[in-house]
Amino acid sequence: MTILNPKFGKYGGQFVPETLMPALIELEEAFVKSKTDVEFQKEFNKLMATFVGRPTPLTYAKRLSEKLGGAQIYLKREDLAHTGAHKINNALGQALLVKRMGKKRIVAETGAGQHGVASATAAALLGLECVVYMGSVDIARQEPNVFRMKLLGAEVKPVNSGTKTLKDAINEAIRDWVTNVRDTHYLLGSALGPHPYPTIVREFQSVIGTEAREQIMMEVGRLPDTVIACVGGGSNAIGVFSGFVDDESVELIGVEAGGSGIDSGKHAARFGDATKARVGVIHGTQTYVLQDADGQIAETHSVSAGLDYAAVGPEHAMLRDNERAFYTSATDVEALDAFHTLCHTEGIIPALESSHAVAEVIKRASRMRKDQVILVNLSGRGDKDLNTVIKELGD
Amino acid sequence: MNRIENAFKNKPIFMPYFPLGYPNLETSIDVIEALAKNGADLIEVGLSFSDPLADGPVIQQATQVALENGITIKKCLGAVKELRKRDVTIPLILMGYYNPMLAYGLEKFVRDAKDAGADGFIIPDLPAEESAEFENILNAGRVDGDALSPSYRKVPEGGDLPLIRMLAPTSSAERMEKVARNAKGFIYLVSVTGITGERKAIAEGLSDLIAKVRKHTDIPVCVGFGIGTPEQAKEVGAMADGVIVGTACVRTIGSSKNPVEVAKEFAAEFNSALRGSKNNA
Repeated sequence: MTILNPKFGKYGGQFVPETLMPALIELEEAFVKSKTDVEFQKEFNKLMATFVGRPTPLTYAKRLSEKLGGAQIYLKREDLAHTGAHKINNALGQALLVKRMGKKRIVAETGAGQHGVASATAAALLGLECVVYMGSVDIARQEPNVFRMKLLGAEVKPVNSGTKTLKDAINEAIRDWVTNVRDTHYLLGSALGPHPYPTIVREFQSVIGTEAREQIMMEVGRLPDTVIACVGGGSNAIGVFSGFVDDESVELIGVEAGGSGIDSGKHAARFGDATKARVGVIHGTQTYVLQDADGQIAETHSVSAGLDYAAVGPEHAMLRDNERAFYTSATDVEALDAFHTLCHTEGIIPALESSHAVAEVIKRASRMRKDQVILVNLSGRGDKDLNTVIKELGD
Repeated sequence: MNRIENAFKNKPIFMPYFPLGYPNLETSIDVIEALAKNGADLIEVGLSFSDPLADGPVIQQATQVALENGITIKKCLGAVKELRKRDVTIPLILMGYYNPMLAYGLEKFVRDAKDAGADGFIIPDLPAEESAEFENILNAGRVDGDALSPSYRKVPEGGDLPLIRMLAPTSSAERMEKVARNAKGFIYLVSVTGITGERKAIAEGLSDLIAKVRKHTDIPVCVGFGIGTPEQAKEVGAMADGVIVGTACVRTIGSSKNPVEVAKEFAAEFNSALRGSKNNA
């Protein structure tokens, strides 16, 4: 029996080998305890303020709003968090739990490298050993982050199995965890995997939504009409959504990776492709999964490594079913256009992942009135993507 | 007496694992037949999955080859049927991950598996916490809810095929009690904290671990993961009711030029090592 509800509607759960069940139970206990542990909360909040640099600002995107001629656009600047993305919030939170559980070693998966860098950073700060699994395809396209992880003292292990991307990195991280579970914690970076991970990751990322809600109220004196975030596994989106999910007037929009277009079959739009996405079980959780007719997990494609994953966090599946949130997608081309637009109009280089959210802003802002407000979560900065973008420009 | 109970009349038993479709479907059927007729007491018939997170490199690679050769659950069930036609009479347990079964349709999967002649299921990513739906389907003739309730459904004849429950060295006494209670067929005890694959030595403390499990159940306890040689099998067989050999079986047979002949030798060798350990014990 779990302490917390392991399901989000019919999604979620704990589909893992027996060897890992005791570790999940231990993790849940440590997490539940931490929620009422004043010392833990103090330490976490202090690190958020003095190490991560929270609260991250809310920036009014004046020139972008004027250019699009519709809604007023506000950017929640997770790109300004230490290490350059929202991933650090969860990495530090879980690393503190690791210390409480008395474990000495963490393993992590990474796609774009942002979670790997955040995990390596948390490990360095708190004196933990850190191994990061990363698909060799992703290593090639996110080289700067690989170097950063190594500088921070982490060991980066290339994964050459399967599609050599995020999905396979998670497989390898889980295999390491099963083998070393007695002294190792799996620092999962997104709102997926077996319970309690989706709940823990949401909790540590909810700081985004809590801050953004206060900031927008201060800035414009009312709630936004629309909140937009990109969705890979869905941790930045669930973080910002959590601040507004009880405000029925606020429309929540998640943006998946449309890759080369839904019709091309080369994408990572779990909610967007009814021919390939069905409810299934992958990496410990029941959710929407891109798969073939025989239940083999499908290959995905996105220009952004962080969204290039076949499944979506289980809470997003529930929010979609009960129509509290809506999900759409942006193609590689649309995301790259949005990337350049934000660079030119606002002087901000966004991560390619976050550029998907900006692409949706561009599609929708001009159809909205000038007194309406869009809040977009700018989940990370784009320095890591320069190689990819330069290559795309050259093609 | 069903086939599984029958298999345990002569303990400890030898239980190799081999994936259907590796190195190709026809050869894998021949290999399983050869294992069955030369000393295997029960065979774990592997169903392949693209993301086998409990498996080491050898089984990953073999199941990947099977998938590249176009293996599906449907073809696997056809193979089981074929093995029964060839007078393979020992229990054949289907071992695979949950998602392909979900995609096939759980009720249809259970029904078709029974019709094909399978004897049970091992699903490594379906722990006790999540197994209710599958086990409800296995409970033949059971009806959930009354005819007027929205949850009413008639469960198809699932027969008495068991979902084999797994325990691990990390399982607490409390979990052992809970998992072992109502377990059917046999307990699959994972001997090491880790993924499938051969190890240099048998895990320390295995006999204590087996003793702990036996406190909670009278059904046979079989040990798998990390057992690769007849000597290791003999050592484990002195403590357990059955010995599961996966990686060594796949590697030895899969890498040979004459898989069927090697399978015959492999089964005979392990069988004689195990039956010997019984006599010595």
